[in-house]
Amino acid sequence: MTEIFGVPTQALMGQLMIGLVNGSFYAMLSLGLAVIFGMLNVVNFAHGAFYMMGAFFSWMLLNYFGVNYWWSLLLAPLGVAIVGIIIEKTMLRWLYQLDHLYGLLLTFGLALIIEGIFRDQYGVSGQPYDLPELFKGAFDLGFMMLPKYRAWVIVACLSICFATWFVIERTRLGSYLRAGTENPKLVQAFGINVPLMVTLTYAFGVGLAGLAGVLAAPVYQVNPLMGSNIVIVVFAVVVIGGMGSILGAIVTGLALGLIEGLTKVFYPEASATVVFIIMAIVLLIRPAGLFGREK
Amino acid sequence: MSAISTTSFSTTPSNDPVIAPIHIPLAAADAAVSISNLHAYYGESHILHGVSLEVNRGELITLLGRNGAGRTTTLKAILGLTGKCAGSIKINGVEAIGMPSHKIARLGLGYCPEERGIFSSLSCEENLLLLPKVGLGKSGGNANANAGMSVEELYAMFPNLKERRASQGTRLSGGEQQMLAMARILRTGADILLLDEITEGLAPVIVQVLGRVIRELKAKGFTIIMVEQNFRFAAPLADRHYVMEHGKIAAIVEKHELATKTEMLHEFLGV
Repeated sequence: MTEIFGVPTQALMGQLMIGLVNGSFYAMLSLGLAVIFGMLNVVNFAHGAFYMMGAFFSWMLLNYFGVNYWWSLLLAPLGVAIVGIIIEKTMLRWLYQLDHLYGLLLTFGLALIIEGIFRDQYGVSGQPYDLPELFKGAFDLGFMMLPKYRAWVIVACLSICFATWFVIERTRLGSYLRAGTENPKLVQAFGINVPLMVTLTYAFGVGLAGLAGVLAAPVYQVNPLMGSNIVIVVFAVVVIGGMGSILGAIVTGLALGLIEGLTKVFYPEASATVVFIIMAIVLLIRPAGLFGREK
Repeated sequence: MSAISTTSFSTTPSNDPVIAPIHIPLAAADAAVSISNLHAYYGESHILHGVSLEVNRGELITLLGRNGAGRTTTLKAILGLTGKCAGSIKINGVEAIGMPSHKIARLGLGYCPEERGIFSSLSCEENLLLLPKVGLGKSGGNANANAGMSVEELYAMFPNLKERRASQGTRLSGGEQQMLAMARILRTGADILLLDEITEGLAPVIVQVLGRVIRELKAKGFTIIMVEQNFRFAAPLADRHYVMEHGKIAAIVEKHELATKTEMLHEFLGV
């Protein structure tokens, strides 16, 4: 069997692939966080809870209503986005003028409440979500087996991230968002309905988290705690990439997933902390993050 | 240096109208902006103390005064950008106080802020195209509606912007940024322009170009409210000057009174 640095190729590739899957989720989640932070000035601590909610909506749709995976991909994020709209309109709206800390506290509280509700209903053991028939099995790439569903997750996440980046950086709609991020008052004085834009941005950001949740449901178990497990890493990703940077969030998310995977192969003891070590180093050298602009 | 790079603004002979005819409905003594007893606040601080002024359609007025006299705040209050407001602001006959600022803009306002407000994450052309149409044609279905100038017309008027359309907005020179800030509100079809210190920090040659642009806009029937520090720039353009002090109108000087009241103005402005 071939080896690289004393590690079997198969194991290395396997970990890299898992790293890429994790990285895809990091990228999608940190992308939503970056968009929300840019436009709303809110550090959305409830992001993990919306991710979990997306996974649970998809599980509920399947088990209570017999709605299949494909419809869940559409309906569950939509449901999450509607919850987001309600929260933005009734609560977050009042905090924009205040310090970041208030938004963080509110969303942290919301995260605990949402998580608590699902824990109360479903316990912490987790619910399995069956793979759709189409994705059972694996591709044999010669040097490794690539499970079909994981390949799909990577392709889907990358496409969604690219589409989001394209819309924000290259279209007219995106130019409203970029201008609104810079100077919302002026954009509104030009005749653009900024409050509506803010609501839709939040809905989009949390909807993206919900979509990540649906994609994650068959990979990990659908568990009320899945959000709080991942959100801390995602925040580290956002800090490393640079708060509010779209491209930074995507690239950093994927890169950190891969680094985590590699660490699991070469020094498993550090695999849970490597992200935070990188975060500390980046903060020391570039406080604004790798892709962030110094203010 | 910037004076050299911006001379191309004046490539068009000054007697050649570069602005296509725009028909703004003219009605005699029809107030475009009518402000009475306006009080405005930023948080707890009371900035405007009962400002009243009236601008008829097609008129150009200036707000003069020292820094902190309340001139910029008056513009911002019209746009709904201050905190609490009391009194009355009628724009094209519609009461604007209490309206959200994006709806106020759609009454036909174009705003050029003092800091120019060019977005750095947008290219020059994206900045130009960002603003939605706010002309009367959009809401009123008026046959004479002002559709705004086309991008081609604007590029003909400001050739530098065409050359630099792909550049990042804030990479433009100060003069170019000012041209961009003007050009983008002319595209929207707004018939009332609020211009805050447009000559500030610009080379004399660019100030001259701006003077010509303003004169042409006035000839086309735009209603213009200018906040100006540069009295020599404003004096020949304006129909009327409002001198502000401590958040109030301290004096009103009509164009024909300028010669006799120059001394008083200098005293107010501290020049």
